[in-house]
Amino acid sequence: MEATAHAERASGGLPAWALGLIPLALIAAVVSVFALLGGPGLDDRTGPPVEELSVEQTVLHPGTIELTLRNDGPDPVEVAQVAVNDAFAPFSASGGREIGRLGSTTLRVSYPWIEGEAYEVRVLTSSGGTVDAEIPVATETPAADLDFYGLMALLGIYVGVIPVGLGMLWLPFVRRVGAGWIVALMAFTVGLLAFLAIDAGLEGLEIAADAPAAFGGATLVFTGALVAYLLLAAVDVHLRRRSDAAGSSSGLYLALLVALGIGLHNLGEGLAIGSAYATGALALGAFLVVGFAIHNTTEGLAIVAPLRGGGGVSARPGLGLLLGLGVLAGAPAVLGAWIGAAAFDPSLAALLFGVGVGAIARVIVQIAPSMRDRDGRFLHPVSVAGMIAGIAALYVTGLLVAV
Amino acid sequence: MSDRRLSRRALLGAAATVPAAAGLHSLVSGSGLGADSALADPRSNGGGHSGHDDFAHASFAGRTVDHRANGFHPTELLRDFDYGTTRRLASGRLLREWTIVAQDKEIEVAPGVKYEAWTYNGRVPGPTLRASEGERLRIRFVNSSEHPHTMHFHGIHPALMDGMPGIGERQGAGQIEPGKSFSYEFDAEPFGLHLYHCHVAPLAAHIARGLYGAFIVDPKRGRPEADEMVIVMNGFDTNFDLSNEVYAANTVGFHYVNEPIKVRRDELVRIYLVNVLEYDPLNSFHIHANFFQHYPTGTSLEPSEYTDTIVQGQGQRSILELKFPFDGDYMFHAHVSEFAELGWTGFFRVGDPSLLSGAAATAAYCKLPWGGNGGRA
Repeated sequence: MEATAHAERASGGLPAWALGLIPLALIAAVVSVFALLGGPGLDDRTGPPVEELSVEQTVLHPGTIELTLRNDGPDPVEVAQVAVNDAFAPFSASGGREIGRLGSTTLRVSYPWIEGEAYEVRVLTSSGGTVDAEIPVATETPAADLDFYGLMALLGIYVGVIPVGLGMLWLPFVRRVGAGWIVALMAFTVGLLAFLAIDAGLEGLEIAADAPAAFGGATLVFTGALVAYLLLAAVDVHLRRRSDAAGSSSGLYLALLVALGIGLHNLGEGLAIGSAYATGALALGAFLVVGFAIHNTTEGLAIVAPLRGGGGVSARPGLGLLLGLGVLAGAPAVLGAWIGAAAFDPSLAALLFGVGVGAIARVIVQIAPSMRDRDGRFLHPVSVAGMIAGIAALYVTGLLVAV
Repeated sequence: MSDRRLSRRALLGAAATVPAAAGLHSLVSGSGLGADSALADPRSNGGGHSGHDDFAHASFAGRTVDHRANGFHPTELLRDFDYGTTRRLASGRLLREWTIVAQDKEIEVAPGVKYEAWTYNGRVPGPTLRASEGERLRIRFVNSSEHPHTMHFHGIHPALMDGMPGIGERQGAGQIEPGKSFSYEFDAEPFGLHLYHCHVAPLAAHIARGLYGAFIVDPKRGRPEADEMVIVMNGFDTNFDLSNEVYAANTVGFHYVNEPIKVRRDELVRIYLVNVLEYDPLNSFHIHANFFQHYPTGTSLEPSEYTDTIVQGQGQRSILELKFPFDGDYMFHAHVSEFAELGWTGFFRVGDPSLLSGAAATAAYCKLPWGGNGGRA
């Protein structure tokens, strides 16, 4: 009370909210005057306009190639001509040929492209600059009808839901093994999650490299990770406060967190699969689906590992609860496949991959205490062996996917 | 199938480089929401590849270039021969004089594509200077550009008149700095088709910017009466990556597709063909449905070959003579197909186009689907 009174006296008795607003008002006034005067003392620019365009989407239909371009440079860009494989081709621009800063347009180029061939689409701007879009393997972009979304859902279920569900069948094994195994299993889960986090982070950065720099690019991956971590931490504190009344945090709670982390990771994975399928970069061979299935089965094991129970409040989760965990971890693959195939956006994808990384990191922090041995150490022979086994399991099964 | 490698990494890489939307756009165009109404108006060209609408051959999208802003018109400069002014010298010889001014100028080389050119007399190619064998020539060169330039003529002359930086600098020759001028003076020899261009380093850049033109020395006896025209094969490296984005005959890509060169049936046509293309070692010329007599460098009155395709290196030139025995539209282009599809393509129109079945074919062939005026002269 006394400190507040003192502060008010020092600032002439203005309330705190006014003190907060005054600098904002001053900033607005200065910016307005500066803009009205046209930036006094500053030249327009020292060089020619900077033209930066990024290709956000490529859609192929018989006889046409559609490119969605975004201007992520500081100046407007006017698209003048388009050449496909060193031949000028007629085109129309649905969003106009002039693209303002951060604006976008879709070019519809007439060109008799041939299935399976590679193309380079060169956009020539009014200043003579060029932006190239590669089409490594031309294939018709699937029409977004019900069949297509059905196929994407099936794909998501094949690579996400079913394998995770199968992996959860290890639950009886997890329950039956001796108490000493619990530490090893939790370490296995941590190793597995760490591998996923690194994998997702690298994938996110790779995609971000092709995203418009104006939207943040690689920063989006880190932002997504940080925000996801903080949000999960807040949720965790909130839930803990409520569950403190009921008892200690349960194995089921940990399993839920693991399922959530893996689910966010599978969202990114579905995104990649969906967009790759839509661009024809992915052949849906049985081998690939089997590879993903085996790979993701290990994720199911990670979910049920905490259900071994230590301080056992929830003795036996019901079948419905188990199914819920499986869906939480696997179903985002379906959602990801839909987004990836229908409206792939590199910036969004980078952000989502980052979210996956942050979520997994938080889950690891959450699980880590259960790896402690009797002396309270994290790193001991059993936990180290378990983590390495988890990393190795994902690495080896990942080879199945790398055809 | 084995070459279709797929890895998880590659899969994601592909997803990143070619992000696709299966349906986003088809939804938009299908529901007629596209801002450009032409989007929902895919026309068929009634031929060629089935299912491949609107691409009969390579062409530009949209309007033609603004010739008025350019200050020159490829159809007009085709038959624009600059004979300069003449007067008798005391010796009785004819003195032929020109004034050529180097100027920096933005020109439109393809619809909507601007290029910061360096020009002789504000046009690219520069004026076609024409003289007769044995005359005395005096070319007053004024450099109004922001960069140093010269005029280097192909022909036979003393070193001082060669337009070479470093040679004759003390006498005011050599490199001509901005604001300076110099008069090149030499005899017109040998007869033939030659060229002139800037020779300031970096050479490729100075030539590629547009500082070149044809230089014709007629033989004393002259050549047979003919419909004569100049075609300078050039290109433009609009993004300065040392390769050309636009190729052309007389600067504007696809110009003679939009406005075919009109000639009369059975009349002798003489083409003065010069290759000044930079960054590509070879250029070529091919005529459809006809053959021509080929006079390399035009230094002999006897043709060396009867053919329909010739190849020229940088700085090479030829005189071509032919007659068109049939009415109709006849394509000519670089037989380097890449150049042809990047702008170096045109048509000859023989006879009255309204009487021709060929005109309709051209209209279909050269259709610029969205707002172009292809095929209409």
